[in-house]
Amino acid sequence: MHDQVTNIRLAGVGGQGILVASEVLCDALLASGHDVKKSETHGMAQRGGAVNSDIRFGPKVHSPLNPQGAVDLLVAFEEMEALRYLPSLKEGGTTLVNRQRILPVAVASGKAEYPSDVVARLAQHAARVVSLDALALAVEAGAIRSVNICLLGALSCFLPVPEETWRTVLTDRFRNKGLEANLRAFALGRAAAQAEGGR
Amino acid sequence: MSKAVLLSGNEAIARGAHEAGVRVAAGYPGTPSTEILQTLVQYPDVYAEWAPNEKVALEVALGAAYGGARALATMKHVGVNVAADPLLTAAYTGVNAGLVLVSADDPGLHSSQNEQDNRHYARFAKIPMLEPSDSQEAKDFLVRAYALSEEFDTPVLLRTTTRVNHGKSVVRLGEVQPPPAHRFERNPQKYVMIPAYARVRHTLVEERLRRLAAWAETAEVNVIEPGDRRLGVITSGISYQYVKEAAPHASVLKLGLTYPLPEALLRRFAASVETLYVVEELDPFLETQIRALGIPVVGKERFSLLGELNPQAVATGLGLAEPQPEAPPAPDVPARPPVLCAGCPHRGFYTVLRKLKAIVAGDIGCYTLGVLPPLETMDTCVCMGASVGNAIGIRRAMAPDDKRPVVAVIGDSTFIHSGITGLVDAVYNSTPITLCILDNSTTAMTGGQDHPASGKTLAGTPAPRLDLVGLVRAVGVEDVLTVDAYDLQAVETALRYALQTEKPSVVITNRPCALVARRSVRPEPPTVVLEECTGCQLCFRIGCPALGSVRGEDGKLRATINPEACFGCGVCLQVCRSGAIQRK
Ligand SMILES: Cc1ncc(C[n+]2csc(CCOP(=O)(O)OP(=O)(O)O)c2C)c(N)n1
Repeated sequence: MHDQVTNIRLAGVGGQGILVASEVLCDALLASGHDVKKSETHGMAQRGGAVNSDIRFGPKVHSPLNPQGAVDLLVAFEEMEALRYLPSLKEGGTTLVNRQRILPVAVASGKAEYPSDVVARLAQHAARVVSLDALALAVEAGAIRSVNICLLGALSCFLPVPEETWRTVLTDRFRNKGLEANLRAFALGRAAAQAEGGR
Repeated sequence: MSKAVLLSGNEAIARGAHEAGVRVAAGYPGTPSTEILQTLVQYPDVYAEWAPNEKVALEVALGAAYGGARALATMKHVGVNVAADPLLTAAYTGVNAGLVLVSADDPGLHSSQNEQDNRHYARFAKIPMLEPSDSQEAKDFLVRAYALSEEFDTPVLLRTTTRVNHGKSVVRLGEVQPPPAHRFERNPQKYVMIPAYARVRHTLVEERLRRLAAWAETAEVNVIEPGDRRLGVITSGISYQYVKEAAPHASVLKLGLTYPLPEALLRRFAASVETLYVVEELDPFLETQIRALGIPVVGKERFSLLGELNPQAVATGLGLAEPQPEAPPAPDVPARPPVLCAGCPHRGFYTVLRKLKAIVAGDIGCYTLGVLPPLETMDTCVCMGASVGNAIGIRRAMAPDDKRPVVAVIGDSTFIHSGITGLVDAVYNSTPITLCILDNSTTAMTGGQDHPASGKTLAGTPAPRLDLVGLVRAVGVEDVLTVDAYDLQAVETALRYALQTEKPSVVITNRPCALVARRSVRPEPPTVVLEECTGCQLCFRIGCPALGSVRGEDGKLRATINPEACFGCGVCLQVCRSGAIQRK
């Protein structure tokens, strides 16, 4: 299929700001001259269900859905969601995982166990695993709700988007609301991923 | 070159409506259609409204078209069932100024109760249908649809699917074109469908369809993309994108107009390729019609009737790839189903109703989550408004010695949409059911849209609030009780009273949706005094996402409360028997 297309999947839990992150990501990719498509399903997003968003870019993109088993970059906003979508990662793919845990009701009430050793298990399947505590970094940046932008900062290490472009799209999006904190969260996420081997 | 922006299909449709000079738009929320009107209302020079239901929405739009304004009606696929009555006769009256109905279908049931294929409505109503495959086409086809509507004096169906509505892709914007001037002209033979006039109009409908089919032969929205002659594919909508991904070399006939079909073009294309496939989601809508022309095609024997397609499914169906189902996630990854939010008023209501062992006819909204563990207090759910009629029927079917109470549970938006007439039936025919209206002052399920009882319009301006209590009394219900869903004792007293009246009764809970009330001051979250907690786990049975747990040295699981997530509704506090959950 289209080798020139890069497939990204953002996965997490309703309320984590995945849809906003995917918007910013698309803006940045578009501004860098790529064709971009994204697909996600709304509806249950606000009610704590699993949420994911597919973003594809390249010279020309047809399907808005990632082909099966072909995700190049999987960004899990919540630890266990990385495992849920691991089968969609292609051989040699990269996983970024936020160490934050959000317990499903079944786990909190003792009906199910939270999976253990997530990062170790990811490392068995993904060529590269970048793990970071985006919640702590967001708090450090001064806005607990900027977890999503912090993860975008981490993801930015793996994308052909100039740093200046990120700044521009973040400024456009957050001009009236929390720009400074979001820029800080982005920079902290980016630095954390670089420290773990990102470019 | 014009500006390139990234738009969802819904944003593109709204933009298209703006460019086409649409002046009146009406709809009822429903995934995946909702954002069209929410976007359109932000443009100047357009009146856009939430109607109480889809039937009214289409009637408003149709009236506007009669009245001389280009008009748009938007709804999800099942909404068209509700609007089918005006639709089928609007096909007879025709329009005057252009009228487009957007039907947003949901293959894969991401957020719906069925996955019906609304392309059949175009054929049923004998009206033209356009199917965009991305956001650019969503915009362009909508603009095109208005010219088509006016040229042929017909409503036009723009049929989309979730991946087009909610997918985002690059759009080049167009200029805003002032539409041709129209005004209402009296013409009863055209607009008053008494049998004598409608008979005449029916001949015109058939004749119009023949002209549309002739137009379809050269319509610019139907495109042949020549390629490998050994592999021909006829496709449309999002399936086209999957075909391009799976078989970039194929010869493709992409139909932008999927009703009526261009017979000569189909024959020409079929003759130019060796093997001809039809790739479409859900029903064999194109396939059946193409086969009826005597053209041999490969279709549903290779592609599922169920759910969505994707590039792999298409590659496999075209014989270009081996079937490769994606490996399932590791078995120890717990599911993460949607749950009622922390502070959701529906939780307190179900916590009480669960105790009363009633037969519960349910309805559609956030409160449908009451069917899932741990609440498990819903027995039927069919379509919007069905709870009331279902409850009446269940009650009438029960043996006289069967004393189980029968309750209908419905949301405020759904009650206004199509529950009122059911209640009229219960009163008219004296059927003793209890209707519970969960009034949370919003249409929460679809993201919190306003409605006639919420006090605001689509544009956010203040509106008179429909008085639900007054309405229910006017229908003739004598026992109407209003309670706060956070007050479990009050809910229980009201329900127990209503259930024993042996007459139709109504209980209304009036606590607003926690997402709507988000900005007001929250009460202090309660805390769990672990020494007093017996580990009975009653609190877990309310299914609140703000509850966490710790396992004590005695091996017992005890609740904790996450103060970040807690809304402070106090329901857990009221179900706790040991008094371990406390508020300072
Ligand atoms: C005919 C039809 N139109 C629209 C929808 C989409 N939809 C599902 S539930 C719902 C309304 C929910 O509002 P409400 O009844 O107030 O309950 P809430 O979600 O607020 O609890 C809507 C619009 C549908 N399923 N069927």
